[in-house]
Amino acid sequence: MAEPAAGHEVIINYYALLRDEAGCAEERVVTGSATAGELYAELRERHRFSLPPERLRVAINAGFADWDTRLAAGDLVVFIPPVAGG
Amino acid sequence: MTDTPPPASFALAAAAIAPESLKARLAHPAAGALATFEGWVRNHADGRGVRLLEYQVYPELAQAEGERVVAEALRRFDLIAAHCVHRSGILHIGDIAVWVGVAAAHRAAAFDACRYIIDEIKQRLPIWKRETYAEGDSGWVNCQVVVPPAANEVTHGRE
Repeated sequence: MAEPAAGHEVIINYYALLRDEAGCAEERVVTGSATAGELYAELRERHRFSLPPERLRVAINAGFADWDTRLAAGDLVVFIPPVAGG
Repeated sequence: MTDTPPPASFALAAAAIAPESLKARLAHPAAGALATFEGWVRNHADGRGVRLLEYQVYPELAQAEGERVVAEALRRFDLIAAHCVHRSGILHIGDIAVWVGVAAAHRAAAFDACRYIIDEIKQRLPIWKRETYAEGDSGWVNCQVVVPPAANEVTHGRE
């Protein structure tokens, strides 16, 4: 497992409002954030995301995950805005 | 009931949904009931005229979660077969956005399972809807509303 303090590269995919606000569908970020929650806080600051984390879920490597899940190098992280299928 | 375990099935579709062919897949000699649900694109939402919709989908997770929902229905209700298809991309008024079909020996299980599947699909799948309004502006449903911290009212049940 990568050592978070040293900085590790993760891939983030954006959907819906987050995609619009980030201005891209995907980005690679070298981050010192140890968890998914810390990563969202970091990216929210950078992209001025309007959605607070309480309104999102997070998926890591195509499975729903907890916000305190520790990140590893190469992880695919997707923040899930409030859904509206059907 | 059937001898073989019923087939679970969920699909994402980038093109128009054809309900007749989907229905035919559920045919079974032991089936005495077929319940189907079609979600249609309507021309209004929250008092505003709607011109068209876009569904954006996180495909890997939506596929896995959709299969999970149908598998749950097959376990919880006395069914013969169930199938669900959800659209992605641009949809126009009257298009089918989602289709659910459930075959069972008797109607109660078919109705209940059909309801279960559509309700869970709407709540759980990573699918987002952008409405384009008659005035030309657009917005992501359930995402756009900025609520003051003190009056944070969850707006569930909204389409």
